[in-house]
Amino acid sequence: MSATFTFTIDGKEIKGQPGQTIMEAAEAAGVYIPRLCYSKDLRPHGSCRVCTCMVNGRPQAACTQPAAEGMVVENNTDELQAIRRDLVEMLFVEGNHFCPFCEKSGNCELQAMAYRLGITAPKFPYLWPDRSVDASHPEVFIDRNRCILCGRCVNASKDADGKNVFQFVGRGEHKRVAVNAEANLADTDLKGTDRAVAVCPVGAILVKHKGYATPVGRRSYDQKPIGSEIESKRK
Amino acid sequence: MAKPKVATASLAGCFGCHMSVLDIDDRILKLVELVEFNKSPINDIKKFTDRCAVGLIEGGCCNEENVRVLQDFRKNCDVLISVGECAIMGGIPAMRNTIPLKECLDEAYLNGPTVYNPAKKIPADKEIPLLLNRVYACHEVVKMDYHLPGCPPPADTIWEALVALLTGKPLKLSYELIKYD
Ligand code: SF4
Ligand code: SF4
Ligand code: FES
Repeated sequence: MSATFTFTIDGKEIKGQPGQTIMEAAEAAGVYIPRLCYSKDLRPHGSCRVCTCMVNGRPQAACTQPAAEGMVVENNTDELQAIRRDLVEMLFVEGNHFCPFCEKSGNCELQAMAYRLGITAPKFPYLWPDRSVDASHPEVFIDRNRCILCGRCVNASKDADGKNVFQFVGRGEHKRVAVNAEANLADTDLKGTDRAVAVCPVGAILVKHKGYATPVGRRSYDQKPIGSEIESKRK
Repeated sequence: MAKPKVATASLAGCFGCHMSVLDIDDRILKLVELVEFNKSPINDIKKFTDRCAVGLIEGGCCNEENVRVLQDFRKNCDVLISVGECAIMGGIPAMRNTIPLKECLDEAYLNGPTVYNPAKKIPADKEIPLLLNRVYACHEVVKMDYHLPGCPPPADTIWEALVALLTGKPLKLSYELIKYD
């Protein structure tokens, strides 16, 4: 059973190992599948749907779908890129994203995905939700205006830090990241060095006193699109 | 052949985007050869005197006057462009969008820690344009044809966009030129 198998992504032959998701097999082959909630080393959350591919003609999340022999996967098609653009634009309008003064700007995965997809303005109406900031902790703050509910902090706190600092509460548009069931960040055992802090893809969980450390032009996504580090491994 | 005409306006913005237009350095001489400026704070022409090929809008709409100016631009320009984050999403002025207008005014004129206002009056002169309930992106008010992101958009972005539009080429911004900060 443990033999490698092959399948295709956009017509290119990809080798898969048993147990690999489409995302993992693609990444090993240097094929980038756009994603936001997925982070290597964390349990996939499968919530953002930016990684949606057509798998044997049906839409599937590449970060959760196991790869299998003979699968026909479409990734970089106009139709899928348009869907991804819509998803990313929705994330922008349903939060409050002021990139010009955000500490994460230039290193933010949501913003970088919008750049990669060539978004100049969202086509959906801005919702301007009322979201809260918790700056009670001496080292870390959480600004829910920028949270995209990716679940990384929840999983990392549980699995990597063994702490359970973050959980989701509420449903639908009221869903938000809570701290130890309604406590303040300061009342938890969170440390600035925790994985849960480092994994946030956006400027929602940030270490204090470190903003704007890298000059414009030298930040992660100033020159090269997100995903190019994976694509450069392509043989 | 007459030169194509360009108009510009600063709505709820900081004039930073207009500064970025000037930041094209000596290309400004080429620009003057290429186009003629109509209504714009750059030349202080207050009213449209001719139909314009391109209208550049900085800032979103925070009051009724902004809306009227923007509608006037839509009427008088063939191609209308949102320039910068404020035009595209409201920008810094839109920070008030999660707070009810009355609370904003009370804080600014009555309750703020540095307010001196013994008459306890919130300015309401009819010369002052009425504030809208929130700040609107330009494309929420009229149809905008293009968006040039950035705070401000780099001079190169504005230059490339203008040259492409005025020479009838498709406007395609490279990766380095789509930035939101
Ligand atoms: S979190 Fe990202 S997208 Fe949101 S304001 Fe900050 S840089 Fe922009
Ligand atoms: S706070 Fe950050 S890591 Fe946590 S769910 Fe929101 S965006 Fe994801
Ligand atoms: S990356 Fe797959 S659903 Fe978010």
